Amino acid sequence: MSIPVLKFDAVIVGAGGAGLRSAIQLSEAGQKTAVLSKVFPTRSHTVAAQGGVAASLGNSEEDHWHWHMYDTVKGSDWLGDQDAIEFMCRKANEVVVELEHYGMPFDRLDNGKIYQRPFGGHMSNFGEKPVRRSCAAADRTGHAMLHAMYQRNVKANTQFFVEWMALDLIRDSEGAVVGVTAMEMETGQVVIFHAKAVIFATGGSGRIYYSSTNAFINTGDGLGMAARAGIPLEDMEFWQFHPTGVAGAGVLITEGVRGEGGILRNASKERFMERYAPNAKDLASRDVVSRAMATEIKEGRGCGPNKDYVLLDITHLDPATIMKRLPGIREIGIQFAGVDCIKEPLPVVPTCHYQMGGIPTNYSGRVVAPKNGELRAEVPGFYAAGECACASVHGANRLGTNSLLDLLVFGKSAGDSAVEDLKLGKAHRELPADAAAQSLARIDALNTRRGGASVNETRLAMQRTMQDHAGVFRFGDMLKQGVEKILEVEKAARQLEIGDKSLVWNTARVEALEMENLIEVAKATMISAEARKESRGAHVRDDAPDTPEHPNGRDDENWLKHTLFSPVDNTITYKPVNMTPLSVETIALKTRSY
Amino acid sequence: MTHDEIGKLRWRCVRRALLELDISLSRFLDERFSGLTDKDQRLFAELVEMEDHDLWYLISGQAECKEIRFEPIVAMLRKGTVS
Repeated sequence: MSIPVLKFDAVIVGAGGAGLRSAIQLSEAGQKTAVLSKVFPTRSHTVAAQGGVAASLGNSEEDHWHWHMYDTVKGSDWLGDQDAIEFMCRKANEVVVELEHYGMPFDRLDNGKIYQRPFGGHMSNFGEKPVRRSCAAADRTGHAMLHAMYQRNVKANTQFFVEWMALDLIRDSEGAVVGVTAMEMETGQVVIFHAKAVIFATGGSGRIYYSSTNAFINTGDGLGMAARAGIPLEDMEFWQFHPTGVAGAGVLITEGVRGEGGILRNASKERFMERYAPNAKDLASRDVVSRAMATEIKEGRGCGPNKDYVLLDITHLDPATIMKRLPGIREIGIQFAGVDCIKEPLPVVPTCHYQMGGIPTNYSGRVVAPKNGELRAEVPGFYAAGECACASVHGANRLGTNSLLDLLVFGKSAGDSAVEDLKLGKAHRELPADAAAQSLARIDALNTRRGGASVNETRLAMQRTMQDHAGVFRFGDMLKQGVEKILEVEKAARQLEIGDKSLVWNTARVEALEMENLIEVAKATMISAEARKESRGAHVRDDAPDTPEHPNGRDDENWLKHTLFSPVDNTITYKPVNMTPLSVETIALKTRSY
Repeated sequence: MTHDEIGKLRWRCVRRALLELDISLSRFLDERFSGLTDKDQRLFAELVEMEDHDLWYLISGQAECKEIRFEPIVAMLRKGTVS
């Protein structure tokens, strides 16, 4: 079967913030660049980012990239690579100013400079007091950013392939990446994109969890493709959770609800936070509240037929206060929980929000993987940036507003690295004879399989398993069971069947292909989480508690290292954390406390 | 609408930037869409081309509908929120 081949200098998969930023570098350098996206670029999930982008501009008060670096290392619970973190924090001002020049409508101070606001974890003078470091465009920072960068790409003649789904990475016999296969949804046609450089910017994979704030598009396509091509996934046990997502939907309930007097209750209507945080109660920090909720559910005090959520009660508040101080909350309750929060409490659960791990890269945005004893060998022709990549700057926990910074800095850096490599002037490497075989086999199986597993049921089984066994607070026995369960789900995910076999706009086929990506991420997460026998950042285990010997349950002697999960044989290796910054001294290990 | 048009519309409803829209638009497609007239189906298809934030504020009642022709569809989407 003859498959069309389209030839480009560079192909970028994903048109969110990281993809658009890297495309600007390539197209403006005159490289023939294609960007593939499942949706129109300005419908990428970057649009949902509201908080802002961190940069130590110092427009409102004194600030310094070194302080930002310190905060990021501390936030990462020392799992972040200090060379990459220094690189990111030093580049922050440059990428924000560039964005301003692209036309990004940042909020302004009276003197015309970019307005900056404080955000959790960002401090001045090495953790002394909060600093105003976040640059935002009202509550539409991500949205405005995408528009500015999309326009810039149009000007630079980037070629967009919209409503195309990338299927598989193509590697040659030496392991170099030489392109991707992709499917056009409008026709169902599979095409080979032959390229000298392939950049993955496919975003997160939060849909592996039953309760996730991530839009449906976040199906870990880049991670799935990398895994199928034998690239290991790094630090996949680390996922950031938000305490209050609407149970069953994942839509966020702002922390402001508890700020206005909202109370968390279990099935006996008990205000359980009084037991976990006698002083702060419902206003304790995100991690404390999330863990308390998870413990109530695990110990059988959850609500509903499955006892799998708790209640957020604001029925004692004046309805006028709710309408005035918490706009949109009543609508969210009605729409997504079928509950009018003025009359009844809202069902909530800790909800997956952000993926810290991903495809391993260095700070140049080049993908690195173990080869011949070298732990960080570059994979020729392959780059990654944004949430799908692990540089690693977020380590075990991400600071708010560092995600938009990550995608700008490493999107640009990956683009620059690709340009640098392309300038060597080498010809396209030859495509392997079977370049599209894997993709065609996957599609053929979906077209012909009878008696296979349902996509919806398999997805639900995966999401339930991840939520119950590798949620915000983890238990050794549950993780062990979780590994067995997710390997069972994987068997079903390898045998998916779809009812609709049509070629054109076949959403069922796309969802099956996405499911094959999600399961790779879920499996990597569960096995990596079970293996890490300490608590660090967002990975908190009941059997690795806070002790004088190991404050917060962190065990640097044994676990100050990155996980590398190999999808080929489900095994794990580790690589050291880079504790050597580019120009400053190491930020020495300390107990993380705020 | 043809089978292909509906397939395209479904994709554009279930893969949005905002989770709120993924859920509310896919639910509307599953529960209400087939009962609409062809004219209203096409209006719905046009409405969902809006930017995500604007559409969500409209559906959740946090913004007013400024185009008269969309009012019946928006009312149905909002009704879906309080049923």
